[in-house]
Parts: sequence; C-alpha cells; structure tokens
Amino acid sequence: MQNSFDVKLAQRRCRAYRRRILEISQKVTALHVAPAFSCMEIVDVIYHAFMRRAETGWFDDAFIMSKGHGVMTQYVILEDLGVLPAEQLNSYCTPSGKLGAHPDLGNPGIEASTGSLGHGLSIAAGMAYADRLQGFDRKTFVVLGDGEMQEGSIWEAVMMAPNLKLDNLIAFLDFNDYQGLGRTTETHPHFLPMSEKLCSFGWESVDVDGHDSAALVDAVQNRTGDRPLFLTCRTVKGKGVSYMIDAPIWHYRSPNKQEYEQALAELEDVESVGA
Amino acid sequence: MRNRFASTFYELGAEDPRLVIVVADISPAGSIAKFREDFPNRFINTGVAEQVMIGLCAGMAQRGLRPFAYTIATFSVFRPYEMIRDDLCYQDLPVTVVGIGGGVTYSTLGGTHHAMEDVALMTSLPNMSVIAPCDPAETAAATRWLATQNQHPAYLRLGKAGEPDLTSNAVDPFVIGKLRRIREGKGTAFLAYGPVVKMALDLADLVEAQTGLPATVASAHTIKPLDSDGIASILCSHDRVVVIEEHVSHGGLGSRVKEIAWDSRASCDLRCFSLRDEFIHFYGSHEELLAQHGLGVPQMSAALGLQQSRASHIERA
Repeated sequence: MQNSFDVKLAQRRCRAYRRRILEISQKVTALHVAPAFSCMEIVDVIYHAFMRRAETGWFDDAFIMSKGHGVMTQYVILEDLGVLPAEQLNSYCTPSGKLGAHPDLGNPGIEASTGSLGHGLSIAAGMAYADRLQGFDRKTFVVLGDGEMQEGSIWEAVMMAPNLKLDNLIAFLDFNDYQGLGRTTETHPHFLPMSEKLCSFGWESVDVDGHDSAALVDAVQNRTGDRPLFLTCRTVKGKGVSYMIDAPIWHYRSPNKQEYEQALAELEDVESVGA
Repeated sequence: MRNRFASTFYELGAEDPRLVIVVADISPAGSIAKFREDFPNRFINTGVAEQVMIGLCAGMAQRGLRPFAYTIATFSVFRPYEMIRDDLCYQDLPVTVVGIGGGVTYSTLGGTHHAMEDVALMTSLPNMSVIAPCDPAETAAATRWLATQNQHPAYLRLGKAGEPDLTSNAVDPFVIGKLRRIREGKGTAFLAYGPVVKMALDLADLVEAQTGLPATVASAHTIKPLDSDGIASILCSHDRVVVIEEHVSHGGLGSRVKEIAWDSRASCDLRCFSLRDEFIHFYGSHEELLAQHGLGVPQMSAALGLQQSRASHIERA
C-alpha cells in the first residue's frame, strides 16, 4: 500500500476535494467547511491508502466519521470513488436529496449515524469486536474531533478497546485545536499530552502531522499492531484557504462570492496549471 | 424473572452464535455465569460504563450479532439514553436493552435506583419496542422473541428474582404486541404489566367475592407497540377498567389507555393507579414502597369501593 500511495496525487486530490466542498458551499448556507478541511488528508489516506474494496464496490474495511460535522470530506471522497452519485451531493441538505450535514446510516458508504459527539468510537469498537468474533478480516477506521475527546463516552471506549484487544481498530484524532467556543487547549489546558494518555490506557499511540499524507501512511504502516492504534494528528482548521485558517467563524459559515473565488484561486490545481 | 431470563438466554445462546451479552458490572448469577464460562467471547463486561455498553452493542448489531445490554434499569436507560436514542433507535438496530429492577424493585437503594420513568422514556423513542413481562414464564417467552427478532431495538423491563408464576392458566397465549388476557370475566377489567399484575389478580378476587362476577385481568406485556385494538375492545366491553402500573402516571400505560378510551369513545369507568410524580425518600420492602404511593391491594380496593376479604387483607402495623 505504502509503495503504491502517490503523495503528489493525494495532494492534488485533496485540493480538488476542497474545491468541490467550496462549490457545494455556494448552494447552501449551513456547511461545516473548516472542520471538513482539517481532516481532509486523514480521510483521503484512509480511503485511498487503507480501505480495501471488493469488486462488488463494497468496502471490505469500515470507516466511521465520529466527528460527524466533518462528513463533507467523506461525501466528496465517496463521490470521487463512485459510491455517492454527484446529484446527491448537488442536492445536499435539500428536500430532493438524502445527504444532510451529519452522516446518516443508510446512505451509500455511511457506516454510522453520528453528529452527536462521542458515539463513534464505541460503535467502531463494537464493529471491530464483532468482526474479530466472526473471523472477518476487516479493519475499522474512525476519525474523532478534539472537542469530542471531552465526552465521557469517548473515555469509556478508550478504556474498553484495549481490553477487547482490538488490533483491528484505528482511530485518528483530528487535532485542529478548535472547538465551539475557542481553542481546545484553552478550554482544557491539560488536553495535551494526548498520546501519553492513550498510551497509558493500553493503546499504541503516536503523534503525526495530519496534513502530511506520507507521514499518515507511515504511521499506520509502522505500527506494532498488537493493540488498537491511536494517531493524534496535528491539523489546521480551515487548512487550504488562508482566510479560514484558525478563524472560528468558518466552522459554520459559507463563503460569499468573492471569498469563494479567492479560495478557489488558492486551491488551484497547480499540476494541471503547470502542465 | 432475572433467573428465567438468564436460563433462557443461555439456552438460546448455546444454539445461536450471534447472541452476545454486554453487561455493565451487573450480571445475573446462575446461567449467565455459566454462559460466561462456556462462551467467554460472547460475554463482555464494560465495568461501570453504560455508554460504551450501548455503543458496543450498536456496532456489534451492525456486524450481524444480536447483542443484549444488561444492567439495573436506571443505568441501562437513564445514563446511556442518548446512545439508545441515536445508536440503537435512529440507526434502527436489533439490540435488546435489559433493565433489571424496573420500577421501585430496589426499594432500599434510594431514588437513584428507582426506574419510575423508564417506560415513558423508552416508549417515546421511534423504532423502540417496550416489553414488560409479569412473571418468569412471560420473561422466558419475551426473551425468546427478542433473541430471534432481527428488526428493531427493544427494551425488556424486568423485576428481580422470585416472582410468582401468574400465567400458567392464562386464557390467551403470550404474543408480542397483543394484550394477553390471563382471566376472562365481565363487568370489571384490570390492565397491568410487570410484577404488579399480581395485585390485579388479587383485586379481581375481591371483585368476584363481592359481585359474584369474575373480573377480566390482562397482562399488557407489550407496552410498545401497544395493542390499541385489544385495549379498545376491553374498554368497550366492560363497565369498569382499572389500570395498575409501577411507573409514574404520565407516559405510561394509564395515559395511553386514556387516549385510547377517548379515541374509541369508551364510556366505561376508568381508574388508573400508578406511582406518583414524586421521588421516594422512604425505605422498606418493595411492597411497602409501592404502598407509599397507593399501589397496594388495601389502598386500591378501598379506592375502588371493594370490601377486603379476611383472607386477602394485608395487615399493617
């Protein structure tokens, strides 16, 4: 997998995914753009480097967007993979479509209904345990938000997963250091260190740059593999568009026409421009 | 009820490898202990952690297993309620949440252990079924149904251990979603669920002693989906209908029966006995706690104008 993972291609893909999200943002006002951008490379790596897919089109591995407000990232990747039709994304959050602002089980490629925070890790652990019990060769990937890490239910699952020896469970923390009312590390000054906390609970735990696709792939590939794996991925909220970076308003706001054009210019496909 | 649940689960689980039980530091002894020994991979104890208990069950159900979550009713319903709502009901997964000690069974443990509002909360959830058997035999039948239905989440509300058998001579068989007549009579009908069905039978004896007419007694074991037609039929064929439930008055069987009475234009006298809308700061036996809220045969018979026979009168100091 590592050898076949083309980092340059991943970068181009992620720029295109961000542009697609911005395009959709021009149709609806309520859209979580910035939190989708912070987990872009993480979700891209999960789908393009790790998720195995059968010829039938079904995924052999599972992915749960526990920080449900990041689902736009998942939607555009599923669209690119041919799992979600373009018309579904084009009718996002409208009565004629089926996709909402949080993942809803039953839509193609969506494995769990999230949106309320703190649910995804327990569900993922249940899936991973059931897979092991039934002898299924399947990995379960889950993306968590840093605000979400404050939910007690997360820590119940954190304590439980190593007990169940879930070496088939891989969690990525999208640590963009922002939550509803400000910086995560200001809300909870002892939020860090995170990796040590997970390590002490019995996880294999590493820190990684969440926008460095190669580093993300390496971190998973180089795991010991006998325990659940937790990657604390340092990310930037709004990554890819300069004016969105670390500006809390972009948790909810959609760009206006001028802002949209500026964002597109920043996310231009440099490869094709140069070619 | 607890023991019959455990022995039935063991029996079914030995046959069906999809059955898993996830407990939160509370587990029935006996057959579940044996299940744990014989099938260690299908018994999970999350410790004192009810949210992950429900979340794990959701994930396992999505992967084809048929999990049961089990702990004391207050902790299986109130603590992880949002997980039940979002993970089980919103996703519509076949997981059974078992609450042991429904009502005020744990009478000396204080209000933190009284599940007085669980039926209201659970019946309000879309996709959720709510089953409250009245005796060990109904517990076995309910467990059997829950372990084999592949559709939706369900809540199984149990009492504790040592309940008497009330249904061995029942008129109707146990059918999920159907009101079950235990005795058929005329004039007066009693509707109840859970172990307080015993009180309905005792009151029916008093009615018969006083009027010479046998009274109808029915177990409303399936509180959701409620057998509205069956209840409307009882309401329209009796002069007096009495609902008894170990639950607060709002959101339980009594309020539903009143709705059905209105919808079906029933004209009978309708009386509902329930727990009051108050926490209980009183300690004693289960029966003594119920009596504090008027749920005792003496209080209810007085309220209904029935004469206590010498034999059934419960002497109180």
